[in-house]
Amino acid sequence: MQFWIIQVFNGISYGTLLFLLASGLSLIFGVMRIVNLAHGSYFLLGGYVALTVIWSTGSWLLAIPLASLAIAVLGLVMERVFLRPLGFEPLRQVLLTIGFALLFQQGALDIWGGNNMDIKAPAALDWSLVVGRIYFPVYRIFMIGMAAGVAIVLWLVMEKTRMGAMVRASVDDAEMARGVGIDTSRVSMAVFALGAFLAALGGVIGGTFIGVYPGLDFEILPLAFAVVIIGGMGSLRGALVGSLIVGLMDNFGKALFPEISYFTLYAPMVIILAVKPTGLFGTE
Amino acid sequence: MAQQRGRGMLKGMAVLAALVVAGAFGLGRAGASAEELRIGLIAPLTGPLAQTGMDMVNGFQMYLDEVNSDLAGAKVKLIVEDEQGKPPVAVQKAEKLVLQDKVHLFLGGVLASTGYALAPVSTRHKTIYIVPIAAADDLTQRQKEQYPYLIRTGWTSSQPTHPFGEWACQKGYKRIVAIGADYAFGHEVIGGFQRSFEECGGKVVQKLWVPLFSIDFGPFLSQIKGDVDAVFTMMVANMTLQFPKQYKAAGLKMPLLGGGTSADEFSLPFMGDEAIGYTTALQYSAALDTPKNIAFVKKYRKLYGKVPSYYSESDYTTAQWIHEVMKKTGGKWPGAEKFIEIFRSIKLDSVRGPVELDDQLNPVQNIYIRTVEKKQNFGYPDKELWNTIVKTYEHVGQYWKYDKAEFLKQPVYSRDFPPCKYCE
Amino acid sequence: MRGGTTARLLALCVLPAALALAVPFAGPYVTVLAARVCIFAILAMSVDVLLGYTGMPSLGQAAYLGMGAYLAAILATRHGIGLGCDFFAVLLGGLLLGALAAAFFGLFAMRAAGVYFLIITLALGMVVWGLAYRWNALTGGDNGINVFRKPVCGVDLSNGLAFYYTALALFVLVLAALSLLVVSPFGRTLVGIRESEPRMRMLGYNTWLHRYLAFVIAGACGGLAGVMWTHLTGIVSPQDVFLITSVDALLVVVLGGPGTLIGAALGTAVVVFLRDYLSTLVPWWQYVLGGVYVLTILYLPEGLMGLPARLRRQSSELAARKAVTLRESASVESRS
Repeated sequence: MQFWIIQVFNGISYGTLLFLLASGLSLIFGVMRIVNLAHGSYFLLGGYVALTVIWSTGSWLLAIPLASLAIAVLGLVMERVFLRPLGFEPLRQVLLTIGFALLFQQGALDIWGGNNMDIKAPAALDWSLVVGRIYFPVYRIFMIGMAAGVAIVLWLVMEKTRMGAMVRASVDDAEMARGVGIDTSRVSMAVFALGAFLAALGGVIGGTFIGVYPGLDFEILPLAFAVVIIGGMGSLRGALVGSLIVGLMDNFGKALFPEISYFTLYAPMVIILAVKPTGLFGTE
Repeated sequence: MAQQRGRGMLKGMAVLAALVVAGAFGLGRAGASAEELRIGLIAPLTGPLAQTGMDMVNGFQMYLDEVNSDLAGAKVKLIVEDEQGKPPVAVQKAEKLVLQDKVHLFLGGVLASTGYALAPVSTRHKTIYIVPIAAADDLTQRQKEQYPYLIRTGWTSSQPTHPFGEWACQKGYKRIVAIGADYAFGHEVIGGFQRSFEECGGKVVQKLWVPLFSIDFGPFLSQIKGDVDAVFTMMVANMTLQFPKQYKAAGLKMPLLGGGTSADEFSLPFMGDEAIGYTTALQYSAALDTPKNIAFVKKYRKLYGKVPSYYSESDYTTAQWIHEVMKKTGGKWPGAEKFIEIFRSIKLDSVRGPVELDDQLNPVQNIYIRTVEKKQNFGYPDKELWNTIVKTYEHVGQYWKYDKAEFLKQPVYSRDFPPCKYCE
Repeated sequence: MRGGTTARLLALCVLPAALALAVPFAGPYVTVLAARVCIFAILAMSVDVLLGYTGMPSLGQAAYLGMGAYLAAILATRHGIGLGCDFFAVLLGGLLLGALAAAFFGLFAMRAAGVYFLIITLALGMVVWGLAYRWNALTGGDNGINVFRKPVCGVDLSNGLAFYYTALALFVLVLAALSLLVVSPFGRTLVGIRESEPRMRMLGYNTWLHRYLAFVIAGACGGLAGVMWTHLTGIVSPQDVFLITSVDALLVVVLGGPGTLIGAALGTAVVVFLRDYLSTLVPWWQYVLGGVYVLTILYLPEGLMGLPARLRRQSSELAARKAVTLRESASVESRS
């Protein structure tokens, strides 16, 4: 029983981290129809910028918004200067994001060096809650709370605001949205910046939990893909459900079948895609 | 203004021309009196392993700078190649070094797989390959005959953990859980520990294999048996920082033991206080209290801003070793076979202690059992984490106390060897 | 017009051929790299069949390369097969294995189109990578498999030159076969599918089958390239099957120019030389590679192969402008 409780808890907390990364990826796809292969880079760069902020100010709390905003600006510039001029050409845009992922990789190496680094959690989060004989690391609880907060805010924005309505309209049918006078260019700019913001936020929060190191960008990216594939592209609900599924699947896969843990993630993904190519909550 | 700049440029060009002429003369003279020793260094300089590669290059370059690139009269031409952390690329770069640059010898490679990839290149081209880092056991054990031109200046994976197993047993640990990265290097490190630990009377009661580069240990930590005396870890790269932290957060309190890379100087500066008490075994520690090492650490840290890792030390020592060979030949390249013969005859007084080669060209050296302590050391102002040496095993070879022939009859350590006969 | 065709023929056939034959004079390392280009270009062309002609961006093509490579390595080291003249049988075996694997994976992949196809192929590629990584008994796991000897059949392929010419011959063969394929009715149907699948379906074509066959053919090319890949460096490791290799294969096609076949080879040549040759000269080669790549996508949608056409357009504009100025100046002269 204890085993199951801990594994479920671990799986959910890992899944919430993936949610931060994947929700942006999913929204960007929904609006622009592109898979942003530089999304893992945003995650990693978020962690690195946070480290710089912490080194110079000593404040972890300050690092969270600063790093996320910095990467949001980076995403904004990338979208405006490079992706937007290509118009609506998803394939070329996807390929362009690969180029950027490679450039970011080398840039991060030159700026921050190649050491394995770590963001130290503040003492208030660096302890464990003991219930019975089970230890619940408070940081993991914090991660769950953080992601839940983000999910609620995102949901409110999407459902209750004008901007959210514009985004939803663009996801459903970009041409129609343009037809009724929605400035889809501005929508995609906003969504791209938001996606970068969320990924970087994940990078800062995750930096304490999984570290900040070269190569993390391409390690975390396939996981985010798994989430949006399973959940369905362009769906916030799908991203949430997908994150939890992937988090739990990864966790139980490793715990129960460590021998084949490399497939416990990708094989179900292939099967889901084959059965329902648009994912559980996606629409064509 | 424009005129001034023009004159400045003219002056610059004159200086440049003078330099070129001087350089040409200088080269001409060097060519006449001394031989050029061309050395290729293959290391990952881009991609996830880049820092390891830079540590290696820094260590080697630091030695060359100390002697002004002059090894007993031979002028060293060091050619550094980026292998990008990919074995096939390493092979191509090695061929480039051999075929195009006509190097006398090449060294490098970090991953065991890169070591395995480069070894046949040395055989194919009858060119010396020195292995300072890659630790795959069989390179200098069961497969050594296939690689006559291979010299190892680093270690075999199981070399430090053979004595370490005995140490843990004598320390009074009876039951231990082993958890490590699931690939050949991890299997060999843990295999060596398990063998000597169990032969001394200890029991490894559980072995957990974690996929390489895992960063969330949640699935595994909850499986660790609570009623054991210690946990033996085998972590590498990004895994090293996260394991002790998540271990502590999961409420586990058994002492941590580990393979050398679990808490080496590559990771230590970035670890937190949770690492204190972590005991590991390796052929080097930056905290080694000898004048030679203190001087090395201080100089290295001043130059490159960080404490040297064993990657740096091993490459520095390799350069020193090559220098000793050249001293004996008077700066002349003796040919590959002769080079190996001289190399083998040298008993080196190195930064890590006395080192010499066994008949399969693997080092026989001190193995240090090291415990992480937070302290002021070597006169540095801050309290930092250091691998304080708690015991030294002298003159440890790759077979340790075992009979070589018998040892080679057993299969290489793997996931299932030695079998986990006490697993519960 | 006729002059143009001759020039084109010269540019397309004679020049590359001369270059290919001249390679060995540039030194042994360049020969090694050129062999690498030939082999990787086979994989790249297979991606081009999918991306350029059928509109299916595959991000998992390394899987087939890996299968051919592991097949060659396992047969050579465990069974001693493929080191003599039976090497050609192994080449055929790689081709078949690639085709079979693609025939199986295609059943899944064909369910998706566009970006979904990209992702499902990525996932399939990761499954194969996981296998290579995990199935120690078969693949040697992380350490990979070393093949010490190279095939000897009349000529010894451990000779760099012989290997290069073999790789070149295979490349030319595959190029010829695929060129015939894409101009055949089958190939034209693929292009039709790329332009508009619903229209082709309406016209009565079995588009699923066409796409599926293209996928299988691409897999076969990948398997073939894999066999050569093993003997190129003498090592196979999971690295060869990883996502990065698939990304590379896609990148070079886009760089060279999708839908041209020869562009895939050109892209491969550029990337290999930037990565493996420039990296021996300067440490900032990655920025050059990334920069060239990004600029190509931004300004040369047809890839490097589109460059001559673009230049011609620009130069004809220039010529027109010059002609105008000339005429003006001539009229000025005649007046005076």
